[in-house]
Amino acid sequence: MTQPLLTLTDVSVEFPALGGLKALMAPPDKRRVQAVAGVSLHLHPGETLAVVGESGSGKTTLARAVNGLVPLAGGTVNFDGQALQDGPDWTAVRRRMAMMFQDPTGSLSPRKTVGDLILEPFVIHGIPVADRTVKARDLLAAAGLDADFMDRYPHQLSGGQARRVGVARALALDPALVLADEPTAGLDVSIQGEILNLMNRVKAERGLATLIITHNLNILRHIADRIAVMYLGRIVETGPVEAILTAPAHPYTHALMAANPEPDPTARHERLILKGETPALTARPSGCEFHPRCPVARADCARIAPALEPARTGGKVACRYPLGADETLTACPPAASPPAAQG
Amino acid sequence: MTAFKHTLAGRLLADPLAVMALIIIAALVTLAVFADAVAPHDFTAMNIPDRFSPPSAEYWLGTDNLGRDTFSRLLQGGRIALTVGLTAVLIAGAIGLVLGMIAGFGPRWLDNALLFFFDTLRAYPTIILALALAALMPRGLTTVIVVVVLTSFSEYGRVVRTQTLSLKHSEFILAERAMGASFGRIVFHHILPNVLGPFFILAAMNLPVVITIEAGMSFLGVGVPPGTPSWGTTLKDGFDHIRQTPWLIVAGGLPLILVTLGFTFLGEALRDQLDPKLRKSR
Amino acid sequence: MTETLKVSGLSVSYATRQGSLQALRDVSLDVQSGQIVGVVGESGCGKSTLISALMRLLPENARVTDGRIDLDGEDILTASPRRLRAMRGREMSVVFQDPMTSLNPVLSIGRQMRDIQYREGVSTAEKDRRAAHMLGRVGLPDPEARLRGYPHELSGGMRQRVAIAMATLMHPKLLIADEPTTALDATLEVQIIALLQAIQAEIGCAILFISHHLGVIAELCDRVVVMYAGETVEEGPVADIFERPAHPYTAKLIECDPGRLKTRADTLPSIPGSLPDLTDPPSGCIFRDRCDLATEICATQRPPRRAVSPGRWSACHHAEKVTP
Repeated sequence: MTQPLLTLTDVSVEFPALGGLKALMAPPDKRRVQAVAGVSLHLHPGETLAVVGESGSGKTTLARAVNGLVPLAGGTVNFDGQALQDGPDWTAVRRRMAMMFQDPTGSLSPRKTVGDLILEPFVIHGIPVADRTVKARDLLAAAGLDADFMDRYPHQLSGGQARRVGVARALALDPALVLADEPTAGLDVSIQGEILNLMNRVKAERGLATLIITHNLNILRHIADRIAVMYLGRIVETGPVEAILTAPAHPYTHALMAANPEPDPTARHERLILKGETPALTARPSGCEFHPRCPVARADCARIAPALEPARTGGKVACRYPLGADETLTACPPAASPPAAQG
Repeated sequence: MTAFKHTLAGRLLADPLAVMALIIIAALVTLAVFADAVAPHDFTAMNIPDRFSPPSAEYWLGTDNLGRDTFSRLLQGGRIALTVGLTAVLIAGAIGLVLGMIAGFGPRWLDNALLFFFDTLRAYPTIILALALAALMPRGLTTVIVVVVLTSFSEYGRVVRTQTLSLKHSEFILAERAMGASFGRIVFHHILPNVLGPFFILAAMNLPVVITIEAGMSFLGVGVPPGTPSWGTTLKDGFDHIRQTPWLIVAGGLPLILVTLGFTFLGEALRDQLDPKLRKSR
Repeated sequence: MTETLKVSGLSVSYATRQGSLQALRDVSLDVQSGQIVGVVGESGCGKSTLISALMRLLPENARVTDGRIDLDGEDILTASPRRLRAMRGREMSVVFQDPMTSLNPVLSIGRQMRDIQYREGVSTAEKDRRAAHMLGRVGLPDPEARLRGYPHELSGGMRQRVAIAMATLMHPKLLIADEPTTALDATLEVQIIALLQAIQAEIGCAILFISHHLGVIAELCDRVVVMYAGETVEEGPVADIFERPAHPYTAKLIECDPGRLKTRADTLPSIPGSLPDLTDPPSGCIFRDRCDLATEICATQRPPRRAVSPGRWSACHHAEKVTP
């Protein structure tokens, strides 16, 4: 086994929960919330890890913490032998660790032309470019865009075209790692295939490691090697993509996968519908934090917090009563009764 | 030259409102710059027998209480108005831009302190400040400019701060940071160009306000020295002698109205053209 | 079965600087009473224009150039403003995509729900009782207390439930759901779908469900209308269309959904090319530039709507050759 390119150990990120005077009055433990709470991950060169979860699961914050855009509250991040928790030279780190943001158009500086945007990585890192026009054209071509896009502004691009510019920018300096936050957000299904193909091709060509943050479960199988599922800032399950998609061990993962309607009317089946919604970070449940919504929770789940332990999937799961390989949960049938909602 | 259509100037020329604004502004500026050449009379020459004359072929906009040609005096007044206006807007804008960006980027306490400072200045009534400063400083254009700068830079500061703050957290700025861009690069290449749009709109809209303040101070006798042909003093003369020469008030007010219309239209046209979202629709 | 909504030959264009943008061209669709009809299409297909036209809330620069919209036999396009106000909310209502912005933040939920019933000749107490009943029906805990609450106190999923309660409070004949689950998480999405199904079964309204998500359409709808670049290209029962699409665009759209592929694909399918310029739509078939089946006739003749099987039509010259 090669050395991991990226290793996260017990990473946590905190945000102030209250502002102004309220923060001064509140007891210390209520002043901050943990958006990411003790996440450990590793990523090998050439590997793609998809971090999935719903809003508020901390997946975007995790990626931003790796890149230094939000400060770590605890834990260590090791990137290619370099410790990122003690203030490295971020400019140098970011040259080898590119990031793609959710909003394809909104992540491009609105008053720059595509040509300027695409060459910006070279300017930022002081890398001389012999012929700007030729270089820009090559980069655009690699991202599947014509040279006549060079003079356009971001608002003149479609979502797919803007995303291609984003991909080209991220890959311009041949990074070792790409952090891609929702690479398919805002894209039509007819376009998202092209973008994912582009990313897959470049990954294969350059042996790029990729950390993909997504809630789009449909694409996981085609882009990821491993999956990590997050809930309330913690990893509840990790494992190889196929095992997690077809027979996950954690009830939350199971519910998440079941909550993904398939484009096949004959596949309408009795599906598991979770009760309620993800609790707020300020009101973490006791014990296993998923227990209030868990269809198979037992009495002691409310008391004892599960640890992330090896599971039959070949990965790890944070559940004291993980699901068996053939177990399917159908808590309530779809049309018969509306789900009992809680808070 | 199809590209010209897409430049700011090209787009402005396609907007009737902007064309009207530019014509008014160009006319005012030309008349002010070439005031000496255009003026039919010496603006200081008194012609007592002709005092209070109504508009005629000789005196296009009549004469005042000392028989001076109103039109020639208005042209000179345009010089003063534009000098004061442009200088004050330039200085106030520069101060506001710098302070606004510092507030937007700086730590929370500095932002709060600067906001408090801006609000205190905004809360101070312009005319009271003008009267107070006029008592301390020699009467003249410098005092007028100082008053205007003091009362208006906070407005630029606030707009720039708000813009900077919202841009600071936008995804494209995060994207630039994630690529390793330096602080200076983010400020000058990515924040500044996006702040300048609203800034110029505000400046265009603010210019007539500044000119009106100058006229108002001169009207109250705390602006330009006596005898200087400001639009405000013309109005004042008209007001003093309203029974004899009602057109003096009209003549003094007309350029103020034109200047306000011209720059307000320009500001609105700029706003429509600089905001890509407004531009795209319709 | 009667037609709750019948749109026939609807064309809408926008006046833009680049000329007249033909956002909808000859759009036709039917919603039978009690049915859930899905409208599926990607960005730029005209979904939002269609909803605005149905509610007659088109922006100022839009013009209906042709066609009719009948709600229960009554022409919406010629209805008086007074009549329209009476229809909106009572006979048709909308659930919008973003529950964060579709509720008024400064009015209490009870006040907003009372306002919806302003034409009802009943006491305020009765209005509140009906509102609370509806909130309870959509799964809000402690509905009476919620009436005094404000939207910001609720989570996104709960707000969408409130929006659904408001939209269905007057038992409309037609409920238009504009991507109501797009802004929600997957586990909430299935909750909302189940809720819509249950409400529909209870009050018997027809639902026009607009979505770009094929999975949701397949899950929820009885019939589906496929839109592309401002035209309706295919309509039929949802099972038939997903199994045997009769328009090349539908076929490609289904093919593109990666959720359909159960094994890892090295290259994912996509639809090369881009939407045509709607200020100057191409002659003939709107999809021909991106279509593999296109022949000469596609460039010259606009394909008519043809029945391909009972209750099902396609606007393609080569409907028979389309392979799923």
